[in-house]
Amino acid sequence: MSLLAVENLAIDVAVGEACHRLVHDASFSVEPGETLAIVGESGSGKSLSALAVMGLLSEGLSVGAGTIRYKGQDITHFDERARNQLRGSEIAMVFQEPMTSLNPVRTIGHQITEGMRLKLGLNRKQATARAIELLEEVGISDPAQRLRQYPHQLSGGMRQRVMIAIALSSKPSLILADEPTTALDVTIQAQILSLTARICRDHGVGLVLITHNLGIVARYAQKVAVMYGGRIVEAGTAAALYAAPMHHYTRGLLSSVPRLDTPRDLPLRPIAGAPPDPMQHVPGCRFHPRCAAATAACAQEVPKMEQRAGHEVACWNPVPADQTISEELA
Amino acid sequence: MTKALPLLEFTDVHVHFPIRAGFFKKEVGRIRAVNGVSFTIRKGQAFGLVGESGCGKSTVARAALRLEEATSGSIRYAGEHISLFTGEERIKFRKRMQAVFQDPFSSLNPRMKAGQIIAEPIRVHGVKPAGEVRAEVDRLLELVGLPLRFANLYPHEMSGGQRQRIGIARALALGPELIVADEAVSALDVSIQAQIITLLEDLQRDLGLTYLFIGHDLSVVRHICDQVAVMYLGRIVEMAPSEELFANPTHPYTRALIDAVPNPDPAAEAGRHIEPLQGEVPSPANPPSGCVFHPRCPLATDRCRQEAPDLGPVAPEHSVACWNAG
Repeated sequence: MSLLAVENLAIDVAVGEACHRLVHDASFSVEPGETLAIVGESGSGKSLSALAVMGLLSEGLSVGAGTIRYKGQDITHFDERARNQLRGSEIAMVFQEPMTSLNPVRTIGHQITEGMRLKLGLNRKQATARAIELLEEVGISDPAQRLRQYPHQLSGGMRQRVMIAIALSSKPSLILADEPTTALDVTIQAQILSLTARICRDHGVGLVLITHNLGIVARYAQKVAVMYGGRIVEAGTAAALYAAPMHHYTRGLLSSVPRLDTPRDLPLRPIAGAPPDPMQHVPGCRFHPRCAAATAACAQEVPKMEQRAGHEVACWNPVPADQTISEELA
Repeated sequence: MTKALPLLEFTDVHVHFPIRAGFFKKEVGRIRAVNGVSFTIRKGQAFGLVGESGCGKSTVARAALRLEEATSGSIRYAGEHISLFTGEERIKFRKRMQAVFQDPFSSLNPRMKAGQIIAEPIRVHGVKPAGEVRAEVDRLLELVGLPLRFANLYPHEMSGGQRQRIGIARALALGPELIVADEAVSALDVSIQAQIITLLEDLQRDLGLTYLFIGHDLSVVRHICDQVAVMYLGRIVEMAPSEELFANPTHPYTRALIDAVPNPDPAAEAGRHIEPLQGEVPSPANPPSGCVFHPRCPLATDRCRQEAPDLGPVAPEHSVACWNAG
């Protein structure tokens, strides 16, 4: 039994009377202590999928199909009350911009202890003691002092550490992190991600890491799901997927990012065109208008995820699995 | 190999911002955003400045564009001091140096169509007679790889990548020699970023442009630039040709920056031992004594705490400001 198992998830948006599907048929799972990365560009549906798991889809958005199982229990149609129970104690989320997710008029101490007092029934003294421990664990110096400060008195990196401390305060089994370090400098990004990965590993917490950065995925995740235009197009262990990506989008992404471990003069091969507008309907494979290998079939029918050579891919003409990415980059 | 002419030269440039307080707005301190920076960009070169937020890289760009006056030191463009340009000369200088900014949405006027945005500098500077402006706009759109119909679109009708192309077309409208690109590809989606990088490279080759490219993404800067300077807290701590800098990073900060960048290769990453740099960048209003990097440096000694090292050569064309380097 997986810690989190999402099967055939669909997310719909209401457009007047009609209904438009933004995420189709997404399936993924996370085990305790494991990191799953969901990679994609803006509009790929990666953040929506995480919000659906949290039960935080905004007004007008709804789960149209599929199931979300947490520790074996179907939580897809939990009511707000039951969701709140889970959110406070079992599943936590870390968002991209800590300044907008922290309350500017409350002290750091108040915000860390609030959840613990409500959900864990700790008194003020116990909660404060625990908050100090948590701040120490996430690498904040002089924690007792920090508890009295307000978010604007902290740097971006410190604020994100506070967010992680808040996420950990209820001892969750699962953390969803949506681009947790995108707004931060590279050295701070390395600090925060290494910290998060270590804490999750040490406490057996499952982590869903949502990112657009292929390097971060390679360093921190064991499993990957690549999303494009509202669908997962390729998934598997990070090792198998990076060694021989079979979807033309994944391959395109990997050969279009400049990297430090290849020769400097290696030309980039950008993917032509732009990701589709989530509100626009594209028949067949959503990547086909940008795909060099597209055939007539690609424009008609959506390819299903199929198991091939150690990982799954949804493509009518997948790249042969024996064609490694290093051959292509050389 | 003979060297191309120096186009932009910074010599010991300081840009300080006063901190004022009290009723009489008395100066109570200074933010030393740029603190003694020297470098030379030769014609046709792509010169990269990397560093984290607050290191002063954008202030260098603004000083080069004369959007910020240098507190001291000299900035020369094609041998002439830019601070001495007045009237006519200043306008001429504008034509030779143009800028592309990070966020194409906030740097384009939302009420103007792309065609008007590109035509504006052409009209203002009188580059082309009124009758030829339209044709010039079309030429520029083609140059940046956009269909001509984009002239009639507003910025909000375009994607981020298309808007950045408009920003580039506007920068090219006056036929500049040097383009200052401040985080020009940072806000774009991964697949779009590669398109814009490739466009910038093609333009450089075809038009013989010179770039001052400011970025925080090391892999992007390495790819585009042939010369790179690493900045930390208002100073250049290391400078070398791109190839050399990334093959033999010498300053502990440069090494930490490179270590912080994960490569998209799980097998290699699994075998990589990384000690993330501790601490955060100190405030430029109250910089540490001696070498400004010493509080975060794993190699710091007493000397580092007391005396600031100058940028000195460790190899041909490779200089480092560190007591423990070389």
